Amino acid sequence: MNRSSTWITKAAAVFTKDLRCELRTRYSLTTLAMFAFTTLVVVSFSVGQGGLSPRVQAALFWIIVFFSAMSSLAGAFVKEEDTGTAQTLRLYASAPVVYAGKLLFNMLLLFLLSLLVTPLYIIFMNITQVNWAILAAVIALGVVGLAGATTIIGAIVAQAGVRGALLAVLSFPVLLPLLVLAINGTTAAFDMSGWTNAIDSIRLLAAYGVIMITASSVLFEFIWNG
Amino acid sequence: MAIRLSVENISKSFGARKVITDLSFTIAAPGALGIIGRNGSGKTTLLKLLCHLYRPTRGRIEMMRDDNEIKREDFFYHIKMVSPELALYQMLTGLENLRFFATVSGVEFSRPVLEETLDRVGLTGRGNDRVETYSAGMKQRLKYALSLLTSPPVLLLDEPTANLDDTGRKIAFEIMRQQREKRILVIATNEPEDLQNIEQIINLDN
Amino acid sequence: MVRTLLQFGLFLLLAAVICFSFITPAPQQQIGEASRIFYYHIPMAWVTVLAYLINLIYSIRYLKTRAVLDDWRALWSAEIGTVFCLLATLSGAIFAKVTWGVYWNWSEPRMLSIFMLLLIYGAYLSLRAALANPERKGLLSAVYAIFAFPAVPFFVFVFPRITESLHPAESVLDKNLEMQMSGPVLWIFLLSLFCFTALFFWIFSLGNRLQRLRLAVNGGA
Repeated sequence: MNRSSTWITKAAAVFTKDLRCELRTRYSLTTLAMFAFTTLVVVSFSVGQGGLSPRVQAALFWIIVFFSAMSSLAGAFVKEEDTGTAQTLRLYASAPVVYAGKLLFNMLLLFLLSLLVTPLYIIFMNITQVNWAILAAVIALGVVGLAGATTIIGAIVAQAGVRGALLAVLSFPVLLPLLVLAINGTTAAFDMSGWTNAIDSIRLLAAYGVIMITASSVLFEFIWNG
Repeated sequence: MAIRLSVENISKSFGARKVITDLSFTIAAPGALGIIGRNGSGKTTLLKLLCHLYRPTRGRIEMMRDDNEIKREDFFYHIKMVSPELALYQMLTGLENLRFFATVSGVEFSRPVLEETLDRVGLTGRGNDRVETYSAGMKQRLKYALSLLTSPPVLLLDEPTANLDDTGRKIAFEIMRQQREKRILVIATNEPEDLQNIEQIINLDN
Repeated sequence: MVRTLLQFGLFLLLAAVICFSFITPAPQQQIGEASRIFYYHIPMAWVTVLAYLINLIYSIRYLKTRAVLDDWRALWSAEIGTVFCLLATLSGAIFAKVTWGVYWNWSEPRMLSIFMLLLIYGAYLSLRAALANPERKGLLSAVYAIFAFPAVPFFVFVFPRITESLHPAESVLDKNLEMQMSGPVLWIFLLSLFCFTALFFWIFSLGNRLQRLRLAVNGGA
């Protein structure tokens, strides 16, 4: 009748709880989508028709993803602090469980974001040739790294009184390596130069993701337990 | 399994403001402790210190089971707090809140058990409504349902009868009686009625 | 007494460094007179790294001890480090203008890494400004400092590998920077390095003394 829950079920419970709350308000999803859509339109409206080099196209793509992500990735923790549920959660759930659940939720948000932005970007910017396999690999690893680095920074930002652009300010230096690698990999996907040019970036992106998630799960313990 | 909560010379200050200075006491199961004091005297702060939501500026708080100290990572399994400051998820229903908090703290309950618990606190039939539609008293009852489900060895209650009507009070007193007779109960209150049958009382005004 | 003597000694040594850096021949012939900035730029960059490393050490220590003084030391070294970092970035930009003709060159890993440091610790200081509760301030900024620091080596070692394929021509410029470190040039440089390091530790200990006194006054009141 009563089963004791494993580590995985606990983390999954945190994830489904966040997902359920999100689906009932749709606050983060709409903010994220609208932010991405607006920047996308501005970018394609102003420079979309001119023949931009693949590198510039790749850079603009990641700038859109970065700033859209900054608009709502702190939300998972900010909501808990603002509604007073953070302290209740602290009494019931351990740090690794909360971190894993929130990380998964942020990854899902970013995954949905890239599903929306990528096809629209390719259509609006008139990109005719794409190496889809490379693009998918770079975006998937980019999403993992982006979520891995910003989840813990979101937890830090949530406790600050004045939040404003704090998430972007704190995340940018940490995310700079990721952005450079992702832009490099995406360039290879757009200029059709093949895997030899992309493989270095893809490997390093994977390493970046692993480092960020490992470091976060160690340090999150301190943030959560005080 | 005798649980004992001991507090040695704790002080807590927020910046330059000292809230609690050099406080020591011990409670062993079964037993109860009342904390009284005017508004702003640090009652809620003391409760939050006891359940490690705050870290004391000085001093130690230990929970012992048969003279072995309970480690920090297991601490939260042994202590729970009910307070107006500890909110539930507004966007989830009563049942979803119960199931979520029980699951993350380690136990998965079947739906009949959850519904039976809601019946015990007088929330029959309201389990599928979102908590945002609940009144203050109903939220308080739902928090009691949660503490009934997890039945922690140490239960901390902050203003246990605030916002409750007469039937709500009866439920709260029943929970307090059971906790006091088997385990450890700590109450922070200004209602003399809440402190019936509690011998050990700390006045934070002194 | 000993302290006064040491301080006076440091003053004399620094004065000597300044004099010698101008009266000896310029350390690098192709760049000429402007290359004298090298006696100041590199020690400032070194102090920056040293200060941030000390910030990292005290941040880790704070997570263990939770002592107010450790948090203060972390903050104070980050503040000194940021001043030196700004000076090093500025002098670096001037140096770059003279040698390469541009104030800023993104493919130069040393410029990039010092810029990263400036960003990280700028963010660190604005995080501290945004947090009200002193305990949370200490804890969260310590976590951020520890979390952000590894991004620097990642950049220093990884970035050149990627950019080399992009700007192969520019790496040639590096060769102009190689200097003959011998004789008086080496001695003045080492002396300057020593003086700047001593200056840093002096400023650092002054702040610590001040904070200890402040704590004693507040604690006694």
